[in-house]
Amino acid sequence: MTGGRLFKIYAIAYLVFLYAPIMLLPIFAFNDGTIISFPLQGFTTKWFEAMFGNATLHKAVKNSLIIASSSAVLATCLGIFTARAVTRYNFPAKGGIVGLVMLPLVLPEIIVAVSLFGVLLGLGIPLSIWTVILGHVLICTPYTVAILNSAFQSLDRSLEEAAYDLGESRWSTFRLIILPLVAPGIVSSLLISFTISLDEFIIAFFLAGTEPTLPVYIFSQFRFPQAVPVIMALGTLLVLLSIVLLAVAEYFRRRGIAKSGGKDTGGFL
Amino acid sequence: MNSEGVLHRIRRSEAANGLALISPPAIYAVLLLAAPLGLLFVYSFLTDGYLTILWEFTPQNYIDAWTDPLVRTVMLRSLWVAMLVTMVTVALAFPVAYFVSFHVKPSRKSMWLFLITIPFWTSYLIRVFLWKVILGFNGVVNSGLIGLGIIDEPLTFILYNVNSVVITLAHAYAPFAILPIFVALEKIDRSLLEAGQDLGESRMMTFWRVTLPLAMPGVIASVLIVFIPTIGDYVTPQLLGGPEGRMVANLIQLQYLRLDNYPAGSAIAISAMLMVTAISLVFLFLNRRFLRGPK
Repeated sequence: MTGGRLFKIYAIAYLVFLYAPIMLLPIFAFNDGTIISFPLQGFTTKWFEAMFGNATLHKAVKNSLIIASSSAVLATCLGIFTARAVTRYNFPAKGGIVGLVMLPLVLPEIIVAVSLFGVLLGLGIPLSIWTVILGHVLICTPYTVAILNSAFQSLDRSLEEAAYDLGESRWSTFRLIILPLVAPGIVSSLLISFTISLDEFIIAFFLAGTEPTLPVYIFSQFRFPQAVPVIMALGTLLVLLSIVLLAVAEYFRRRGIAKSGGKDTGGFL
Repeated sequence: MNSEGVLHRIRRSEAANGLALISPPAIYAVLLLAAPLGLLFVYSFLTDGYLTILWEFTPQNYIDAWTDPLVRTVMLRSLWVAMLVTMVTVALAFPVAYFVSFHVKPSRKSMWLFLITIPFWTSYLIRVFLWKVILGFNGVVNSGLIGLGIIDEPLTFILYNVNSVVITLAHAYAPFAILPIFVALEKIDRSLLEAGQDLGESRMMTFWRVTLPLAMPGVIASVLIVFIPTIGDYVTPQLLGGPEGRMVANLIQLQYLRLDNYPAGSAIAISAMLMVTAISLVFLFLNRRFLRGPK
């Protein structure tokens, strides 16, 4: 029993270590001083006000929202195709194809970024938010496949067969039976890819050209010490947003597994 | 004969269905991943003209990359940092995964995993920057230690060098290391552990001889899943590394975006990838006995 308690203390200390940096965000976001250090200077909300009045930031937010929602939708579509094919059919070169689709999960992002950058430049395609979307879909797809695989895996195949027997076509069966059952997994996958894309820096840094995304804007501001408190305020909002998105995603992921009768095996991966 | 033909047709149609279904993501991955990687490889053998690329094949980029002492130093440093980060991350993560798998009630496991994974998804850039705030000259650590009277002068060895890069990366990849180990631990049949103890092994020995070997596939997966991306990390060495903490991604970015020398940048990128692949394969080979487990 004491062993268990020891582990628990360690695990809690570990969580504190994980969350320590994030906890500093709101502290400095409301701190009335340009320099990010202790002791604190006093309470202010002026960094939030400065943030809402910043035109470049608005542009970056708009770009990021377009990129994140497009990438989420496209990656989830590709994820549905992959997960359905993997869980339902056997076909030649299955391992190789799935391996290629999942490769960005372990490939350093800088490699994805420079290789796409090279191709786009070679083809003379101008860099824009669309080129960022191309890259983000690539890195989001493996996560969508991981989430959707567990949603599709727990499907009972006899439901589908019953629908065929009752005269439904392949497509109507998919739409009426399978889609509703995996819908929570799809929502979860959309939210996760949205979060990943919103947070991704290096690919956007290479492929965005003159259109900054939110992380590219944040990175550029780190060079100016006087801009940092505003970034802290922005970071506070972003972390809150991410936590809300992830909590909703987790809720849907669990509901999806419960709905199709599977067993919860834990996290997103 | 006839039934065999039917069977064959069904199998063929299943294969065709499967292939048709997976073709959109497969085509996407081929066009936007495999082809660009191939082109990166081709680029690495071309000659850099001023602002253009000359289609003259040469191994010179590789010779330059591998003989340049600066490139070699940065490569070896990236390797060293990635290995250090991997060891620290996996060693710190294992007890947490063990705790969640063996000591947490099944109904609470998802919540623990969720808590562990949240920081991984939230604002990577800002988290890295916050470490600069924590480790800086008048940062949280220094002002705290001075306030407590433990030190008189701010510590300077914790920022703008390899130490700060290792600390920050170990923090960034922590949740990634826990999940594969957790999954492997969850798969262990608990009756094996009881059997071990019934047969007179102590708790420690049961862990050493039963739990750990069975958890090794998870440990191996988490080693690779941390090691491979860390070696290519750009943000952390850029913000916290200082001149003596630069890593290979910074070098690639320099060649690509500042010097416009794509062939040289590609040669460095390909070299780094080959190195990572080689080390990962050696690592898998050394651990092959853990991966052979009964199906």
